[in-house]
Amino acid sequence: MARLEVLKTYKIYIGGQFPRTESGRYYSPKNKNGQSLANICLSSRKDFRDAVVAARGAFGGWSGRSAFNRSQILYRIAEILEGRRLQFVDELIKQNSSTKDAENEINLSIDRLIYYAGWCDKFQQVFSSVNPVASSHFNFSVPEPTGIVAIIAPQNTSLLGLISVIAPTIAGGNTCVVLASENKPLCAVTFAEVINSSDVPGGVINILTGKCSELIKYFADHMDVNAVVYCEKDKESQQLIKEKAALNVKRVLLYDSINWEDEEKGQSPYFIIDTQEIKTTWHPIETVGSAKAGY
Amino acid sequence: MNMIAEKKIAAIPDFSNSPHIDHVGVEERASRFTKRSIKAETKLNGLKLTLNMIDLTTLEGKDTDGKVKQLCYKAQHLHDSYPGLPTVAAVCVYPSMVGVAKKSLEGSGINVASVATAFPSGQASRDVKIRDVKFAVNNGADEVDMVISRGKFLQGEYNFVFDEIAAVKEACGSARLKVILETGELVTYDKVRRASDIAMYAGADFIKTSTGKISPAATMPVTLVMLEAIRDFYYKTGKMIAMKPAGGISKSKAALHYLVMLKEILGDAWMNNHWFRFGASSLANDVLMQLEKERTGVYQSANYFSVD
Repeated sequence: MARLEVLKTYKIYIGGQFPRTESGRYYSPKNKNGQSLANICLSSRKDFRDAVVAARGAFGGWSGRSAFNRSQILYRIAEILEGRRLQFVDELIKQNSSTKDAENEINLSIDRLIYYAGWCDKFQQVFSSVNPVASSHFNFSVPEPTGIVAIIAPQNTSLLGLISVIAPTIAGGNTCVVLASENKPLCAVTFAEVINSSDVPGGVINILTGKCSELIKYFADHMDVNAVVYCEKDKESQQLIKEKAALNVKRVLLYDSINWEDEEKGQSPYFIIDTQEIKTTWHPIETVGSAKAGY
Repeated sequence: MNMIAEKKIAAIPDFSNSPHIDHVGVEERASRFTKRSIKAETKLNGLKLTLNMIDLTTLEGKDTDGKVKQLCYKAQHLHDSYPGLPTVAAVCVYPSMVGVAKKSLEGSGINVASVATAFPSGQASRDVKIRDVKFAVNNGADEVDMVISRGKFLQGEYNFVFDEIAAVKEACGSARLKVILETGELVTYDKVRRASDIAMYAGADFIKTSTGKISPAATMPVTLVMLEAIRDFYYKTGKMIAMKPAGGISKSKAALHYLVMLKEILGDAWMNNHWFRFGASSLANDVLMQLEKERTGVYQSANYFSVD
């Protein structure tokens, strides 16, 4: 007997929950054959606001974890992703990829997570410094996470671009709110399910779907967001982001000409450092008289 | 005079006959208030009214003069970059801090409220409680927040509770008396209603839900039960009683829900800070953030508002 297929409801991911958009609006992106992919939540500014609240709530806990623990959790995401690769391949094919490209993309995505898992407890050493100063102080600089990063994910890839911008952000101890690719949103929602079963605390990664044109203003001007990432070449949007971000002096990161498939250029510890602040400490050396130069 | 006194005594009902509360009905009704559509202009007015109804509160063992002074400064300068904001209604502190608060708030029109009667447990002798109240009043408290003896109330000793409230009211002199029922310890709505009736007949100017030290503190259904008690009391005696939900109301959206409920149950006469207060500490900042959001069109961050 014929069986009715159970179709998946693609919802958004906020604070470790899968709510529908509060706006009650949906859209149906199509692939190149004109086939409707799914009914996708058209997130509103209020969904974004809620996601920022969740991200702020999660920041203290996430940034306070040991770097080694964050590393383990990133590795865990990769493990779970590996286990569900067939589902992602299937979705990538639905979204215009060839089988070969789809397999390549999921492989790269998993490898990228492992890459950043490795960097979690190493980038601090690489980017920290002990600074020579002309007074009796021990002076050192260390990177610290900037806070909440609002990310508009690359539009032309469904999974690899998304992971390439999320992984370095959370590896450094930030929390994030991500807007998935507008025309290829399937993998983002499924990736949220992966995150949800990988020991990532709720609120560390929040994933919205919807239209960049509607939400970009709020990504850029929300006073509680500390950095905004944009990956497209659209000059008007870049300008808008720069202007609005000036309100609270957000970091603006424009990754508009990066080939995420390139293992040289698409991944690097500098992506982690982009969302870090360098904190310098002047520590007085007590026994001034007997102290020799040195640390 | 005599006749009035007699009439008063005769009017005191048997509190064991206080109305029973329909648990399901009250919760259903209370949840309806959260579903009203509130338009932008109304919201703006509601938020400002909320600010004006707040009793900015610090009731910590670690409170110091400095902390209280800081809170009093905040009460007068909620967010100076927003012109034309109202101040809060009162600053609520422990009796030992009343003097400091009074001095800091001089000339501001903001009242000093003090908890008293061995707050928050209320486990002390009548004598100690009365002295606690007098100490607060002598130091300049405009309002006194007392706790009822929940243990005695739950034992069924309503006369004890009634007499205690009446004695404290007398000790208050001209200060307005808020009676804290600590609804989280009374458990059922029936008991909340009964305690409300006792407090009002014994001379309370306000009835107040909670100390903020027990969870659950103020909830919509509990507040609804108390508002209805106030309404019934008003119909019987013609005397208005004020209401103060306290504890657990930290978001402006929730505050607006309370205002909707207040308007629908008691009406416009109660829609000001003489007849309604919010006991809260973190609510003020959330309201300020919403007001700024409405003014600038930009979602706000707690980083740009003073720490309470």
